[in-house]
Amino acid sequence: MQLAREELLRAYRTMKTIREFEERLHVDFATGEIPGFVHLYAGEEASGVGVMMNLDDRDYIASTHRGHGHCIAKGCDVDGMMAEIYGRTDGLCAGKGGSMHIADLDKGMMGANGIVGGGPPLICGAALANKNLGTGGVAVCFVGDGAFNQGTNAEGMNLAAVWKLPAIFVLENNGYAETTSSSWAIGGGNPVDRAKGFGLPGVSVDGFDFFAVHEAAKEAVERARAGDGPSFIETRLSRYYGHFEGDSQTYRGKDEVKEIRESVDALSQFREKVIGAALLESDDLDSIDGEVAELIDNSVSKAKASPLPTSEDLLTDVYVSY
Amino acid sequence: MARKISYQQAINEALDQEMERDETVVIMGEDVAGGLGSPGERDAWGGVLGVTKGLQPKYGDDRVLDTPITESGFIGAAVGAATAGLRPVAELMFIDFMGVCFDQIFNQAAKFRYMFGGKAETPVVIRTMYGAGLRAAAQHSQCLYPVFTHIPGLKVVTPSNPYDAKGLLIQSIRDNDPVIFCEHKFLYTLEGDVPEEPYAIPFGEANITREGDDVTIVTLGRMVHIANEAADNLAKDGVNCEVVDLRTTSPMDTETIIESVENTGRLVVLDEANPRCSIATDVSALVAQEAFGSLKAPIKMVTAPHTPVPFSDALEDMYIPDANQVSDAVRLVMEA
Amino acid sequence: MSGEIHSITMPKWGLAMTEGKLGEWLVEEGDEIESGDELLEVETEKITGAVEAAVGGTIRRCVGQTGETLTVGALLGVVADGSIGDEAIDNFISDFQENYVPPEPDEDSEGSGTETIDLNGKQIQYAQRGEGGIPAILIHGFGGDLNNWLFSHDSLAEARAVYAIDLPGHGGSSKEVEDGSIEFFVSIILDFMDNFGIEKAHFVGHSMGGAISLAFSLKYSERVSSLSLIGSAGLGSEIDSDYLNGFVEADRRKDMKSQAVKLFGDSSLVTRSLVEDLLTFKRKDGVKKALTTIMSSFAPDGVQVAVMRDNITELNIPVQIIWGSEDKIIPSAHAHGFPDSVSVLIVPEKGHMVQMEAANEVNRVLLELMA
Ligand SMILES: Cc1ncc(C[n+]2csc(CCOP(=O)(O)OP(=O)(O)O)c2C)c(N)n1
Ligand SMILES: [Mg+2]
Repeated sequence: MQLAREELLRAYRTMKTIREFEERLHVDFATGEIPGFVHLYAGEEASGVGVMMNLDDRDYIASTHRGHGHCIAKGCDVDGMMAEIYGRTDGLCAGKGGSMHIADLDKGMMGANGIVGGGPPLICGAALANKNLGTGGVAVCFVGDGAFNQGTNAEGMNLAAVWKLPAIFVLENNGYAETTSSSWAIGGGNPVDRAKGFGLPGVSVDGFDFFAVHEAAKEAVERARAGDGPSFIETRLSRYYGHFEGDSQTYRGKDEVKEIRESVDALSQFREKVIGAALLESDDLDSIDGEVAELIDNSVSKAKASPLPTSEDLLTDVYVSY
Repeated sequence: MARKISYQQAINEALDQEMERDETVVIMGEDVAGGLGSPGERDAWGGVLGVTKGLQPKYGDDRVLDTPITESGFIGAAVGAATAGLRPVAELMFIDFMGVCFDQIFNQAAKFRYMFGGKAETPVVIRTMYGAGLRAAAQHSQCLYPVFTHIPGLKVVTPSNPYDAKGLLIQSIRDNDPVIFCEHKFLYTLEGDVPEEPYAIPFGEANITREGDDVTIVTLGRMVHIANEAADNLAKDGVNCEVVDLRTTSPMDTETIIESVENTGRLVVLDEANPRCSIATDVSALVAQEAFGSLKAPIKMVTAPHTPVPFSDALEDMYIPDANQVSDAVRLVMEA
Repeated sequence: MSGEIHSITMPKWGLAMTEGKLGEWLVEEGDEIESGDELLEVETEKITGAVEAAVGGTIRRCVGQTGETLTVGALLGVVADGSIGDEAIDNFISDFQENYVPPEPDEDSEGSGTETIDLNGKQIQYAQRGEGGIPAILIHGFGGDLNNWLFSHDSLAEARAVYAIDLPGHGGSSKEVEDGSIEFFVSIILDFMDNFGIEKAHFVGHSMGGAISLAFSLKYSERVSSLSLIGSAGLGSEIDSDYLNGFVEADRRKDMKSQAVKLFGDSSLVTRSLVEDLLTFKRKDGVKKALTTIMSSFAPDGVQVAVMRDNITELNIPVQIIWGSEDKIIPSAHAHGFPDSVSVLIVPEKGHMVQMEAANEVNRVLLELMA
């Protein structure tokens, strides 16, 4: 653990922000105030944050339908995200995108994605641009275990390999694509082997363990920045809620989530480790908890107070001279 | 005997009855049963909205195939299986996902019969959900049936009610050409009279849901209900609309459209899809070519604007054509 | 009746009817009318029919206007003796309107009022109205169903149970018709009666249902109280085979409409919804096969095989024959040449579906024979 105190605090704050953001949405979705589909990232925080701690604004990421955590970790404004989810004008996409399409190109966030497997080819392009423009930046694509079986994922990995792109493919394997288990759906069983088949060095890490993810990502990012080509990382983790809000989850094991939460939860683990190693005090983390709770509270109030878009907004941002 | 069931139940019943009748009928798609390999319940979803629920327990894994997320793969496999003796009904969860697998549909399935000199049959059905209204945003709300309608070799079906959904799906399964069966997600809970017995509605026969002599409204899918609502309102002012529900955009019942316009002399085309190169433009062009002499007023199109589907409920409600827009269009053509 | 004021209200023809559109008034305010006179036309989704006077008197008001759509039970007009003052009439109308409650639009789909029973593995749909008395059984024709009795069923059921049946291959009944012969249908009717413990019934048969009723009566005369044959088959060999073939083949609106218009004297009665109902039936699996089987048993080569007219005199029950003079399916000439014991009514200008086109008149003679 060579991370500085500030970095550890930032890592915790980010993970906590994601958790609080998602748990709040879980509660508020049930009131019917939030339109559309919402896929929560709670449980998977260590993965996004562990990767993103190695990135900066030069670097691009492509996210998924379960994108809130990636957005927050990549530095998207929480108020803007919340307002977007509420469909308001102060949203990061002015209310036109919604939960599944939050993006902020200034932060290198190329968008959550409604199309499973939409991301891998895109980050090949972003990596190519970084390479040709000499920015030193890399590009990272997150896919789920379901998306891992899309043709676009195979094509993206191969393209990145043959073009030797500064690209990183992160498979967040939470065990399910909707209701279908990844152990059934991923032929061959071992994603790392699949990546190796395309010539990508790869590792599989415990996705609840921030430090393990951070370490693996650090190596991959360094490789990419050094011009040594793409890598692959599998993070093994779990989602705490349904595929989307409203999913009854009858396909899951009894107490499956409860047991995971109690034994390996990313935030509890992190807390125990940093306190156990005397890197941070419990108070440091508690005060972050308080600040984050306030941040999320405020973001919800601001979102609700933000105006709805009007008819004038309907026809902007697109070629519509028809 | 007819009883009231939902659009969604009607689709399930059609699949069930055809699977019962013909063992070459198989269904496949992402989570069409669900729970495969998972610790909990099998048939956990029966499709993302439960449309295919109950079929896997009844017909087993060989005939109800859950797939990995791999649309190019399984849609293509359905096409291939259709050429080799099965009658697959593949579910493309949202029509928006056609982008992932379009080659298998329009270069493969659609072309075989013609390209192979009439020797191939491809009896595949692709069931897919379309349309706005559920705040599902830009990549889960589109009306892309005009794109399929553009492709020779594909048949395209857009049922507007439970009775049509069952009869047209049965026809789709029995048909020997590839059929894109488009289900409007807003209609799944709509109830209507549906006979218990299996029945097939022939393709290319529009339904006339309201008769009238003043204006013809040609429409399809969910918009049929908007047109009927407008027609009911207009009738109170003495304006009688004839509402033509296309049912299938390919083949299209041009005869009914033209006969109706020849009678009314006025045409409003109502379509939820974007306006360019759409069913609305297609029907307008047809009438301009074949019934120009009967027109007493310029044709009016009422469609979504030429933009992606916005997320915000405030914007989406403005995006989807409503009965007031239709009434305004009808009044305009009446005044012309 | 002199002191009483009577309302004329929107009738309910069949359980599905919730409202009707007023056609032309056939009488004017001030006209003297008698019970049974046709007063005005009402158009429903299915068909147009005439509202008949329940009592005689003077038409004092025509409340409903031509073109107006009114719910079942709504006030259409007022009949009263000419001696009653205008003020009393006005009070009657305002009272009526104040107390009138339109029916709930959809009483949670209690269905179409039909039931289904299993007769030796065949599902038979039927509708029963009324209770008691000597029951009546209504049997539709080729390609028809129990809705063909829409305008008769309730009227006949005031004093008795009246069963309208969907024959196998038709309506909501099983589509399996075995050899499709008259004998097969006769056996179904027998099973039906036995199932309900009906000893004896009045038979009313239309078209092919007439032939079935006649064949049944000849075979089981002890189970038949009276026999009314409407536009009946079985009384001569001619039949419009183009119609039969066209009906069997039609699966599109246009083709079906061109056949359906042959059924009525007034072809404007063939509405979109009537054609849709026929198509809904025709599209069901097994229907085409059933109809083809029946057709080839009953009129192969376009000629009726079972001609039973000479056997009618063997029957010692009341028999009557009813026909529309303009019947294009089976010629009304088949009603000619019977002995006086058989009463014959030929209704001018009406077609094959005379029980629908001239419902009031037909119902009257049906009731007379059953009385
Ligand atoms: C091309 C495409 N196919 C299917 C879907 C529907 N869909 C949305 S999320 C999802 C499951 C994704 O599973 P996974 O990749 O494991 O991500 P997770 O939801 O577990 O985060 C599916 C099938 C989609 N959005 N896009
Ligand atoms: Mg997953």
